[in-house]
Amino acid sequence: MTRKQRRGVLIGTCLVVLGVAVGLVLYAMRDSIVFFYSPSEVARMGIAPGQRFRLGGLVEAGSVVRGEGTTIRFTVTDKASTLPVVFTGVLPDLFREGQGVVAEGVLGPDGTFQADNVLAKHDEKYMPPEVAAKLKQEGVWRGDAQAAGTPDAQGKVN
Amino acid sequence: MIAEIGHYALILALAVAIVQTVLPLIGTRLRDPQLMNVAAPAAQAEFLLIAIAFIALMTAYVTSDFSVENVWRNSHSAKPLLYKISGVWGNHEGSMVLWVLILSLFGAAVATFGSNLPRELKANVLAVQGSIGAAFLLFIITTSNPFIRLDPAPFDGQGLNPVLQDPALAFHPPFLYTGYVGFSMAFSFAVAALIDGRIDAAWARWVRPWTLAAWMCLTLGIAMGSWWAYYELGWGGFWFWDPVENASFMPWLSGTALLHSALVMEKRDALKVWTVLLAIITFSLSLMGTFLVRSGVLTSVHAFAVDPARGIFILAIMGVFIGGALTLFAWRAPLLSQGGLFAPISREGALVLNNLLLTTACAAVFVGTLYPLALDALTGDKISVGAPFFNLTFAPLIVPLLIAVPFGPLLAWKRGDLLAAAQRLMAAACVALAAIIFVLAFRQKGPWLAPLGIGLGVWLIAGALTDLAYRVKLFEAGSSETWRRLRNLQRSAFGTMLAHAGVGLAVIGIVSTTAWRSEAILAMKPGETADIAGYTVAFKGVEERQGPNYSERAGLFEVSRDGAPVTELTPSKRAFSVERSATTEAGIHVGWRGDLYAVLGDPLKSGAYSVRLYFNPLVRLIWLGALVMFFGGAVSLSDRRLRVGAPKRAQAKVAAVSAAE
Repeated sequence: MTRKQRRGVLIGTCLVVLGVAVGLVLYAMRDSIVFFYSPSEVARMGIAPGQRFRLGGLVEAGSVVRGEGTTIRFTVTDKASTLPVVFTGVLPDLFREGQGVVAEGVLGPDGTFQADNVLAKHDEKYMPPEVAAKLKQEGVWRGDAQAAGTPDAQGKVN
Repeated sequence: MIAEIGHYALILALAVAIVQTVLPLIGTRLRDPQLMNVAAPAAQAEFLLIAIAFIALMTAYVTSDFSVENVWRNSHSAKPLLYKISGVWGNHEGSMVLWVLILSLFGAAVATFGSNLPRELKANVLAVQGSIGAAFLLFIITTSNPFIRLDPAPFDGQGLNPVLQDPALAFHPPFLYTGYVGFSMAFSFAVAALIDGRIDAAWARWVRPWTLAAWMCLTLGIAMGSWWAYYELGWGGFWFWDPVENASFMPWLSGTALLHSALVMEKRDALKVWTVLLAIITFSLSLMGTFLVRSGVLTSVHAFAVDPARGIFILAIMGVFIGGALTLFAWRAPLLSQGGLFAPISREGALVLNNLLLTTACAAVFVGTLYPLALDALTGDKISVGAPFFNLTFAPLIVPLLIAVPFGPLLAWKRGDLLAAAQRLMAAACVALAAIIFVLAFRQKGPWLAPLGIGLGVWLIAGALTDLAYRVKLFEAGSSETWRRLRNLQRSAFGTMLAHAGVGLAVIGIVSTTAWRSEAILAMKPGETADIAGYTVAFKGVEERQGPNYSERAGLFEVSRDGAPVTELTPSKRAFSVERSATTEAGIHVGWRGDLYAVLGDPLKSGAYSVRLYFNPLVRLIWLGALVMFFGGAVSLSDRRLRVGAPKRAQAKVAAVSAAE
């Protein structure tokens, strides 16, 4: 093999691998990305039932209803709009009424958000900025609980 | 007083770091040995001063000196001693002090043990290392000073986030940082080589031990983080593709690539330019990881607004160092001579493939991690890129690499024989195939790809053993000859074998726990039983208990298997009164088939509790694999040639070169 051919093989392999990688990334971008909405946005945008998204906001005070078994119903609010959520499973430690929460799932035909995953482990992380801004404006921002000290005081430390 | 000493030491360290940067650089320009010789004692002094500051901060924590704001925010007098100590780095300011401490430790190590380095290279390396230190010390002193006093001093502290009060997490940050920051050594060597405009195989020999040490610590640090997430977050998962995790995984991927390309450079004097670039990229990713986690971009989109100084400062540091290094690279890299021809099928070729796939996989993780941030900054759309994205992009790129791994060590340098390597791997392939058939025959459910994944893991382990067997001529020569060869085998060959086998173990663990995990979410009343993965779990009731700084509600579960008692699990929910927070403590039974994992949830109606039960088959292999990788690195690092022989030989070579000039 000449030097030129060797270089050709090298460059060819690089291009193939990069091409495959770009293809994979673009394909995955189309299918596996989940958007994040607040209840107001859900109301405004008219999201079709069955489309996966993440719902973020506060757990409305007094809205948590535990049913039979492990099914839990609660309402997520951003102080402008609300959306009822139903979830079956064990809620995370930091799930509390009045606290930030993110639920992932789909809208059911009855307009209830059917969550299959509820996250509150890094609670302040999932506070949508518009919700936080609104809460601050209305003076209900729980700075001490949600952003206790430094941002890294919660969640993982690296 | 102690806090003031710490503060003062930090400022002195900054001054010393600036001296360490400026004088040696001038010295190498003017070829003045006296100026160059300033670098080593300055690096040692910098380390000493930062160590004093760190010890001062630790003293403030251990003695619960709440007149120091940082201690007040992150500690409490009722906390166990271990967590008072780990609280030092369980917050932004303290962890940055730890960061520069490790940075200066590496610099001091080069200053102390690098006596056989060429004087100019050593001066340049320490100058670059000093400049990184100076930048971060300036950052700490101006925006994140841990020694600020409170007046009047509060009576007691606010406590450390309970999820961080955990032994694995106490040691996770130091290891992770040693990994991150250890790559600064490779970076400094790369930049020094670019400044010098000269690079040779000896350079790679000096860089490799530092990179290897950093890589080992990063491996262990990531594994500890994953283990912690597994048992502490109560979800039974080991990896979430969370941006914070990715931030540490990216330097690991490119660091792994760097280890392999430095090998090519050391042995064959090839891939020089690429290795230098990779060294720069690896540390850049470490800096980016620090930025992502420390600036608060990830934890809260607001962090810039809350404290814009910090994020922008780290961004500026990143810009200067990454931009500067890449500019220098573009300018000086053409000067570095190319060398070492090799055929596509050869050890070098295999290592190039390794680098190509690792860096591409790293790039895919990079895109998945930063795309949401970029989209948010540009359009305001909030998206989340989770496991599905990475399964679709990362996995297809890394699997071909894993298939290729056993071939690499069996190919000769320069021109390899793929057919001969394939023949030698026949036995390994048969073992892997047998494993696939075995799993196919006995599995009851799960995706069809899973048996192939197990086969891949077995293939990696068997391939690593094949390499060893081939080197000691097992079954070919007599047993005494094999024994002699085994004793004389280079430790780095053992290291390679262990590291590759460790990857295989981790792959088996990841595949089996992902594919065959059982999960049950139940509402259980005391006295009820549930069946999972062959175990019968009986819920006996709950009891309230009191810990040193928490109270907990523990569930009592009796686990039996075919009527025979196995163990008792007591998962609990802890409430920390000081921090007004709660944690979930999972109850885990470790069996040889896998982990039985129980989590106690909230009380439900009519006296029942929500309970989650998981069975994670072979999940321990993931961390065992990482541990084996770590030991592989350690064995390789203990190779005498890396410590003693190589630099000496290289020095002779450098001396010859300078004599010829």
